[in-house]
Amino acid sequence: MNKDFALTETTYYILLSLTEPRHGYGIMQQAEALSNGRVRLAAGTLYGALSTLCEKGWILLLPVVEGSRKKEYMLTEKGFDVLCGEIERLRALLQSGDAVLGGLRK
Amino acid sequence: MTERKTVTKWFWVWEFDKEERWLNEMAMQGWALCGVGFCRYSFERCEPGEYTVRLEMRENDPDYLSFMEEIGAEYLGRMFKWIYFRKPAAEGTFELFDLDAKIEHLSRIAKMLWVVGLANLVIGVCNTISLHGLGVINLLAATLLMYALGRIEGKKEALEREREVHE
Repeated sequence: MNKDFALTETTYYILLSLTEPRHGYGIMQQAEALSNGRVRLAAGTLYGALSTLCEKGWILLLPVVEGSRKKEYMLTEKGFDVLCGEIERLRALLQSGDAVLGGLRK
Repeated sequence: MTERKTVTKWFWVWEFDKEERWLNEMAMQGWALCGVGFCRYSFERCEPGEYTVRLEMRENDPDYLSFMEEIGAEYLGRMFKWIYFRKPAAEGTFELFDLDAKIEHLSRIAKMLWVVGLANLVIGVCNTISLHGLGVINLLAATLLMYALGRIEGKKEALEREREVHE
């Protein structure tokens, strides 16, 4: 994938939630907490995104703990780099916005 | 013993969002979906608004069902390729799809309609040529399926226009 493409909000919050190991429901809760309740990840979308992000190597599936059926995921170094790149891109967006509308914003 | 009832109701394939709205209205009235059959919906008594109900078309995928279970959604059953879930409303918003996934879901439905519609068309034409009396039924089915495809594509285009400005 072109690294200049923007991440979707779902991808962004999944990556941001996986700086420590979490399972599906944990990711949903963390995304909601990080965004002060604004971002509620859609279940089907999250399911699809998790397997896509694993294929890309941005996150990895941790070995399943015996006796538990819950799958836990964790951010990889590659995922960390992607996230940092996206934060830079978002910073640039904000700077453009402030530069143009800085004095006018309500 | 929980009070139960069964309702027989027909929805066309392009009315799946209307079906979902109806199931949630039933939940608001204190009837939670607990099982599905062909045009049949089983309900059990619940607190009004206790559950959010969602449905989608998806190929059989046990991994998906265990994922949904893990996030606290209850799998209620499958009717053909349609699967039904409910989740306590108190646990927060329960959505299956964002905009992109809604578009992808409509593509899945469209693909299924193409396959079934085309099969009916081929069978209908063959049976008509061989003067088999039932060919006309397949041709009617193919026409209906193509109409359904048009409705689904219409919904998809509306969302794709939305996607040009929103995520």
